[in-house]
Amino acid sequence: MRMKIEDKLFLDRFRVDEDSHLRIIDGAICREKCPDQPCLYFCPANVYRLEKDRIIVAYEGCLECGSCRIGCPHLNIEWRFPKGGYGISHKFG
Amino acid sequence: MVIVGAGPAGISAACVLAKKGVKTVVLERGEYPGSKNISGGVLYGHDLAQILPDFGAQNCPIERNIVESRLWFLSKDGGYSLSYRDKIFTQERKHNVFTVGRAKFDRWFAEQAKRLGALVVGGTVVTDLLRDEQNRIVGVQTDREDGDLRAKLVLLADGINSPLASKTGFRPEPEPHQVALAVKEVIELSEGQIQERFNVEPGSGVTIEIIGEVTKGMNGVSVIYTNRKSLSLCIGANLSDLAKHKVKPYEMMEDFKEHPMVASLIQGGKPTEYMAHWLSEGGYEAIPQLCGDGYIIAGDSGMLFNALHREGSNLAMTSGRFAAEAMLEALEKGDFSRSSLQGYISRLQNSYIFKDLKKYRRFGHFLETHSELFTSLPEWASQAAREILTVNGVPKKEKQKILWNQLRAKIPLMRLLRIFWNGWKSVR
Repeated sequence: MRMKIEDKLFLDRFRVDEDSHLRIIDGAICREKCPDQPCLYFCPANVYRLEKDRIIVAYEGCLECGSCRIGCPHLNIEWRFPKGGYGISHKFG
Repeated sequence: MVIVGAGPAGISAACVLAKKGVKTVVLERGEYPGSKNISGGVLYGHDLAQILPDFGAQNCPIERNIVESRLWFLSKDGGYSLSYRDKIFTQERKHNVFTVGRAKFDRWFAEQAKRLGALVVGGTVVTDLLRDEQNRIVGVQTDREDGDLRAKLVLLADGINSPLASKTGFRPEPEPHQVALAVKEVIELSEGQIQERFNVEPGSGVTIEIIGEVTKGMNGVSVIYTNRKSLSLCIGANLSDLAKHKVKPYEMMEDFKEHPMVASLIQGGKPTEYMAHWLSEGGYEAIPQLCGDGYIIAGDSGMLFNALHREGSNLAMTSGRFAAEAMLEALEKGDFSRSSLQGYISRLQNSYIFKDLKKYRRFGHFLETHSELFTSLPEWASQAAREILTVNGVPKKEKQKILWNQLRAKIPLMRLLRIFWNGWKSVR
């Protein structure tokens, strides 16, 4: 029985902020200049999802690893930590 | 003194400073220390005892004392296992290596720092560094209201993923090939099940380090560590490899869990948590300038990680201690310039930290440039064992000849020699 990413994220404890701590700076770059769109694959929380031709950012389940910030080939993702006390809280770690 | 980050590096420094009566504030972005922290889950008694000699008596939340280390070299359906167990690790060298859950351990560790007099403030993100006219660091800006905090020295112990670093430029952002992205799952089992499956006594445990085809041809590694009532499963690969191969880390984890040597260990277990984190793969070359006017960098934030021996938390603790010692020297001199903090660098140079990282400086590059280690080599090695172990009337000499030809077809002889020679050179 394989776990889906949704099931995995469901195990975690998140305190979700109203504002996203992740932002695609310019959506046009993703559409026009990024044929591979690797963020759709390497993000361990499947934060980046393709809807039609647009990438949406499901920041609520972000595991705060930082990979998208440096792994985006165009450095097109603005990344900050969630506000103090927000985001994921590890139970075991 | 202000310390950014309540992990092993920051808390170690806080303990050393607080013991000397220095006013120390640790700023932690998580709601409590440990809530953002994660590692494979092993810690090292030697480095911890340098900071808290009586940690065993202070209810340190140890999961299991490690008595056996295994190495696995896996193909798709099987693999080799090499293990070493020794009674000495249950007796006079107890707590040489032990497993922890970092959410519990770091919280406990921070309590010890508080007991010694440090102030630990959770729920606070450091958003910028304060500088004077000469560009010296003189404090931090936080996301709290009126959140500027001035300090004689700032210790940056904020971990490998530091947007603060990219923003302020105190160290360069890692390149994708300089980090591995690992995901971790905690799988709950009963204490008895773990003891049975790993053949250990209550309180004792096993670590398994794994390379091979489980990382799908990418430069990567996975581990299984025993906790008291759970297993920690981690698997990770170089971030640029993940991007290139278009592999989803959570799917790689699911495939790993289905490997026959893994599936039987976790059978019936209940996943309870899923996390992700980077590991530094840059080695010695990726270490940034570790101090400057008004600041020091310790632990993962300084890319102090020994990938070959999966040592990181101990480097963090000891670099944090060294940083605190250099901070005390600077305090005595009343000089907080870069040159005044050189005691930090010389301590690192004279310790196992820089010596080990220098020794293995070529190891990361070796893995990066010899992908056969994760593809054809484990596949062939398993094929070889499978054929030799199958009793089917074929003479051994014939089998060897076939296997040798298969290997030569996969990897030319010169290349094979080069893999072994370069591998040896990278670790000797």
